[in-house]
Amino acid sequence: MSVQEVLPLGGVATGQSGDFRADHRLVAEMVKPGSKVLDVGCGEGDLLQLLENRGIDGRGIELSREGVNRCVAKGLAVVQGDADTDLVNYPDDAFDYVILSQTLQATRQPRVVLENLLRIGRRAIVSFPNFGFWKMRLQLLIGGHMPRTENLPATWYDTANIHFCTIKDFVELCDEINVKMERSVALDLYGRPVPLNLPWWVWNMFGEQAVFLLSRGSGK
Amino acid sequence: MGDVKSIPSPAISADERSHEVDHPSSQIAHFGAEQPLRLDCGVDLTPFQIAYQTYGELNADRSNAVLICHALTGDQHVANVHPVTGKPGWWETLVGPGRPIDPKHYFIICSNVIGGCMGSTGPASINPATGKVWGLEFPVITIPDMVRAQAMLIDRLGIDTLFAVVGGSMGGMQVLQWTAAYPGRVFSALAIACATRHSAQNIAFHELGRQAVMADPDWRGGGYADQGIHPHRGLAVARMAAHITYLSDAALHRKFGRRMQDRELPTFSFDADFQVESYLRYQGSSFVERFDANSYLYLTRAMDYFDIAADHGGVLAKAYADIKTRFCVVSFTSDWLFPTSESRALVHALNASSARVSFAEIETDRGHDAFLLDVPEFLDISRAFLQSAGKARGLKDG
Repeated sequence: MSVQEVLPLGGVATGQSGDFRADHRLVAEMVKPGSKVLDVGCGEGDLLQLLENRGIDGRGIELSREGVNRCVAKGLAVVQGDADTDLVNYPDDAFDYVILSQTLQATRQPRVVLENLLRIGRRAIVSFPNFGFWKMRLQLLIGGHMPRTENLPATWYDTANIHFCTIKDFVELCDEINVKMERSVALDLYGRPVPLNLPWWVWNMFGEQAVFLLSRGSGK
Repeated sequence: MGDVKSIPSPAISADERSHEVDHPSSQIAHFGAEQPLRLDCGVDLTPFQIAYQTYGELNADRSNAVLICHALTGDQHVANVHPVTGKPGWWETLVGPGRPIDPKHYFIICSNVIGGCMGSTGPASINPATGKVWGLEFPVITIPDMVRAQAMLIDRLGIDTLFAVVGGSMGGMQVLQWTAAYPGRVFSALAIACATRHSAQNIAFHELGRQAVMADPDWRGGGYADQGIHPHRGLAVARMAAHITYLSDAALHRKFGRRMQDRELPTFSFDADFQVESYLRYQGSSFVERFDANSYLYLTRAMDYFDIAADHGGVLAKAYADIKTRFCVVSFTSDWLFPTSESRALVHALNASSARVSFAEIETDRGHDAFLLDVPEFLDISRAFLQSAGKARGLKDG
């Protein structure tokens, strides 16, 4: 992976304004209207709600019973399930997009999950917190303890997040399993995209989180 | 068993009950020789009738009809005082003014199933060919037969597409059958505490109940009705056994524990010393007042035979290929009759068919019966699901 392969991203809303999270708005903009979407680990359905508002046919899977029940109560089509074990039950090409928003780091087998995403969906959108973010590095380097941030407040011993990675790590995984990166965006501490003309290491350093639009590679 | 002292005789005479069997105090749809009901067993049932209740008004474009499917021992009196027991409707938590299924918004229909004993043709009805009660001469019916009859009723009411089909337990099986058999006629489906097939354990419990009925000397080979008697002891035992499966250990323990009934010390007899015994005996005896023993045999059998996948080459997803119906599947954590795993299998199949499906498991210790009780989380989800489906259907205030 090199930065040249990253296609330009146009018209992304910046900052934290509005009712929806910056990364959710970014994800929603990557989805073509009228398509069919599966949101894996959809939480309380905020992203699904945003997608439905845009006329996108959205479905969700969520592990927590409370999350599912809140989604259903919002009228969203969400089922209780586990990304690690339940994705195998979905047929090939069932969706136009499969979204994994801030969930990759909580899966037991990120690689298998990623492969499943691109089997079920023609495209996948993956967002995750970047463990290469400068604040994370600083907490480990200077503070000498496992990093905690506003978005990831849990301590190391009671976190559901078991597979952290950096933007660089993720890009390497995509290369390894022959996944094509159609678009990629790093968002800084304020939810603003890190400028594209900056070198790749800057993304890895200053992106607090990253969002990738992926599609199946051309074959190994 | 068989001690008259321990299980009281029914308070209502066989005559009074049999009046509701053929002349129910609800609406009736008659189907004559020109419209036979083609049963899965190969018999054409004709003539026959369906007893049903409606609540609310059908809107101008006939798009707000909700069909409620009742469970094994339910009937059409879903949200009104029951004519035999004088008790409130069996689903007043879900159906009624201010409830998730409100007659203000929906035209609500609930029919007594074929094979029942509250006005729809069943084994307790008079066989027009002989002038005697059908009894075991009545053909064996299935869940698809019940649904086929309901579809004829819905046709008769001039409704093309139902806004929603809703049911729990055996009613949930009917919901699943409706969507498999008439996918284009069901806009949304709420299937609660049910499965696409009856499990071996559930068939075993039903067999226990049937054997209890048939072991009662008053059953008389199923011909009791013409002799003016009713095998109420056997039926009460069947109901007691079934009732245990509707609850959970936790619910029974919370409700009764090992507390004694009206006494401090055991009597060292087989009287109902424990509250739980006395409760079960009451459940059994009140049930026989309103239910026909042969009907119990037929309806349990219908559930046993139910297996949607088997009707579709063993592949459940095929039953729902390309279905447009919006589904909501609900299970309860302490339901051991229809455990969550059964609902999950259904949801996987619906996902594979790329159906629009929601699935929620409700945390409760109240067992299978939870769907009939005031469980706020369940009622909230039902309301939200129907409201969102109503929005998609273009219903006002749905």
